[in-house]
Amino acid sequence: MYKSFNKGKWNSTIDVRDFIQKNYTPYGGDDSFLAEPTKKTSELWAKVKELMEQERAKGGVLDIDTHTISTIASHKPGYIDKPNETIVGLQTDEPLKRAIMPFGGIRMVRTSLKAYDREMDPAVENVFKYRKTHNDGVFDAYTDEMKKARHTGIITGLPDAYGRGRIIGDYRRVPLYGVDFLIEQKKESFKNYVLDIMNSPVIRQREEISEQIRALSELKEMAASYGIDISKPASDTKEAIQWLYFAYLAAVKEQNGAAMSLGRVSTFLDIYAERDLNEGKYTESEIQEFVDHFVMKLRMVRFLRTPAYDELFSGDPTWVTEALAGIGVDGRHMVTKMTYRFLHTLTNLGPAPEPNMTVLWSERLPEAFKQFCARLSVETSSIQYENDDLMRQEFGDDYGIACCVSAMRIGKQMQFFGARANLGKALLYAINGGKDEISGEQVSPAFAPITSEYLDYDEVMERFNTTMDWLSKLYINTLNIIHFMHDKYCYERIEMALHDEEILRTSACGIAGLSVVVDSLSAIKYAKVKPIRNENGLVVDYEIEGEFPMFGNNDDRVDSIAVDLVKNFMNKLSKHKTYRNSKPTMSILTITSNVVYGKKTGSTPDGRKRGEPFAPGANPMHKRDTKGCVASMASVAKLPYEYSEDGISYTFSIVPAALGKTESERYANLIALMDGYFNEGGHHINVNVLDKAVLLDAMDHPEKYPQLTIRVSGYAVNFIKLTREQQLDVINRTFHERF
Amino acid sequence: MEGYIHSVETYGTLDGPGIRYIVFLQGCVLRCKFCHNPDTWQSNSGKKKTVHEVMEDILKYKNFIKSGGMTLSGGEPLIQADFAAELFKECKKHGIHTAVDTSGAIPLNACRHAIDEVDLVLLDIKSIDTSKARSLTGQGNENALKLLDYLEQSKKEVWIRHVVVPGITENYDDIEKMAKYLSKYSVISRVDILPFHKMGEYKWEELNLKYELSDVQPPKKESILKIKEIFRKHNLNAV
Repeated sequence: MYKSFNKGKWNSTIDVRDFIQKNYTPYGGDDSFLAEPTKKTSELWAKVKELMEQERAKGGVLDIDTHTISTIASHKPGYIDKPNETIVGLQTDEPLKRAIMPFGGIRMVRTSLKAYDREMDPAVENVFKYRKTHNDGVFDAYTDEMKKARHTGIITGLPDAYGRGRIIGDYRRVPLYGVDFLIEQKKESFKNYVLDIMNSPVIRQREEISEQIRALSELKEMAASYGIDISKPASDTKEAIQWLYFAYLAAVKEQNGAAMSLGRVSTFLDIYAERDLNEGKYTESEIQEFVDHFVMKLRMVRFLRTPAYDELFSGDPTWVTEALAGIGVDGRHMVTKMTYRFLHTLTNLGPAPEPNMTVLWSERLPEAFKQFCARLSVETSSIQYENDDLMRQEFGDDYGIACCVSAMRIGKQMQFFGARANLGKALLYAINGGKDEISGEQVSPAFAPITSEYLDYDEVMERFNTTMDWLSKLYINTLNIIHFMHDKYCYERIEMALHDEEILRTSACGIAGLSVVVDSLSAIKYAKVKPIRNENGLVVDYEIEGEFPMFGNNDDRVDSIAVDLVKNFMNKLSKHKTYRNSKPTMSILTITSNVVYGKKTGSTPDGRKRGEPFAPGANPMHKRDTKGCVASMASVAKLPYEYSEDGISYTFSIVPAALGKTESERYANLIALMDGYFNEGGHHINVNVLDKAVLLDAMDHPEKYPQLTIRVSGYAVNFIKLTREQQLDVINRTFHERF
Repeated sequence: MEGYIHSVETYGTLDGPGIRYIVFLQGCVLRCKFCHNPDTWQSNSGKKKTVHEVMEDILKYKNFIKSGGMTLSGGEPLIQADFAAELFKECKKHGIHTAVDTSGAIPLNACRHAIDEVDLVLLDIKSIDTSKARSLTGQGNENALKLLDYLEQSKKEVWIRHVVVPGITENYDDIEKMAKYLSKYSVISRVDILPFHKMGEYKWEELNLKYELSDVQPPKKESILKIKEIFRKHNLNAV
């Protein structure tokens, strides 16, 4: 199995990184070696597209298996078109048929089924008469204050009713070692994990390892149902991709986590491909075929969601995020031919939101590869870029991206996903003495509201600080309950089986409304802001007299407010005790929830009216960045990554003509833009190169644009799958289009 | 040294090579019918800033513009030639490539010192026929052509720009004449063909000015291609 591989530490202990570093071949050439889709691929993809069209026509869900509780080995094998499939495996017995995963919350399954006019199987109902789910557990422990904060929307998007996701199993371990070796290693750990005191952390760990071992056995069983034995290491490229996919498939059969990233697999797989090419075992075309079929499967991952969930995270996303390229700690770049092959699926199969292609960018990446990425971004708007030079310092060279922007060492780190706190609302609570500006309800402990005719910066800041103290504590405590219960009732058995036993855990908090709060504080500081009160004395609107600097124009007067705010809230989060001693971190990321957050938030002192959307992620507010997109990026790049280690998302949309006059100029300008942004310390950027007219047409004629993909705050979506409201938000958002 | 500034754009990609920091200066001597920035016509208005202040802001973008540079546009930037000259000098000190986007309407003796400092001149030839240029802009093309001669003499790189307005400059005979005329200049490295667009029309309305080209439609793609072909035939790099 390991013939011709260079030996190392990886032979005696589980160490995938060591295997990669000792064996991969950097590729600095261009894309001319890439192969077109084979006949099999074209036929298979045509079938999948047809199924996806039927799915859309049926309102988003093709079919649901209402009878079977999904586990790793619950369903009979499923195929799209068996003779044409080189990589096999589906979540259920039919393509795009959704499974029910009730351990996160039976209530969510019930609501989802109702939304699609389906009935829950009484046998399934019956199980949950006797067994609790994660969701039940959370609500058994929530305090009144937590429920209130959740209800008013000052904390939202919490994973308290379904799988938390954001955990990346090291799926590469399965092909590299085979399942038997992994089980042996886990058994060894179990045997050794006997401590003097049998307290709850030790007991929990022992129980978890037992569950992991059980999950690994089920993984073997599931693969065997497809006639494939994965107990031993994979022997070639096809097997390596298949083994790896089975491991990932097991995860998405067991967990409907919000984000189910793939990790960083391409450079790993390239080692097998290089060996097979050298030995003449497979041709380039055959290898591309395996990759195309694998990616097709990843595009078909489906979860059953409720309409409320779709409103928050629109477009049926699964965040099958694959981290590509980057630079190794030893200075060699990590672009391989397989990196190209993965990105080439955007050409062979057309653009698509999944898998979430994430290029780990560095100025030191090979020029030919940068050109290739720039061209694909211009053609497909399907790629996101993240600053490898920034992340490598903290996470080394074998990290992946969970969801959109959360870096973590693969197999050595996981996070407790915490969605986000609405800082826009927090600012309004500070002004209104802790009362909700929409309902008038007292949410935080009462304190004196501001009663002056004009808002005073120092006074507002003092109360805002107090409000954030309260909010950060409530937020962390809420997450502690959620993750305690998730571990207890909905443990990620297979994903954690593909981790080390001793890992770093983070409590991944987040904030929404950054630019709204920053511009509001700037207005209060540099202009005159007059609060408008209703008959109950509640401030419900604001009048602004005079001008003030706005975030997104590279103006330090206001950008410094943003930097201080990020540091301030992160410092507050760090003060609280977290579940499993996890390390608190923070992200500035909203995904598409900026629309819903805006809807739930009253008018703000920056002039934004009640109900209007926030800007996504760390973006400046719509149309307030008036000095061009470089100024806007420079502002965002100032946000300190060390205080927002879970990621800072920035979405950039530009019309093709504004990117340059000729094609080659467009690519060169895009590359220069990314080099500039990342050199300034920017963390993440979504690149959309689109004409507004195309989007407007797609709103009216979705059938003409089945694969139109756009990037929204950390992930890509099929534009036609967004709600109408979100489509409008995307179109109204700052499009850079100067001629 | 102070200048009157209309606005800045930090991501210019069409006014010189690479990513450009563009400073739009206030004031213009021409009154082009197709102008999309009539709000820059008025002299001595806008924001007053020193070369030092402008430079300080430009330097914030060094990481972005290192393979691009800074472009002075307007209005007609060479109305403020002293300011332009100073700014070009400062940029040079910091290794930043400079360009000026000009109609060439300012007499050479009033702006030579600025021209001598700049790396690239984007010269907008409105029409090769001086009477047509006059009816389109209010001034003939003599100064622009004299400037071009001077640039040839001093071996300074030039990009010619030409706006194609149907019914006015979309005249293939004139284009042929212009291409032939320009082909003898060795300093011209590129000819930018710019199709007329009406995205500035709303600004005319805001300024209570009468926009005469409301009924003119942007030129057809085929026509633009044909015009580029004419230039290419004369060995000019038309894009």
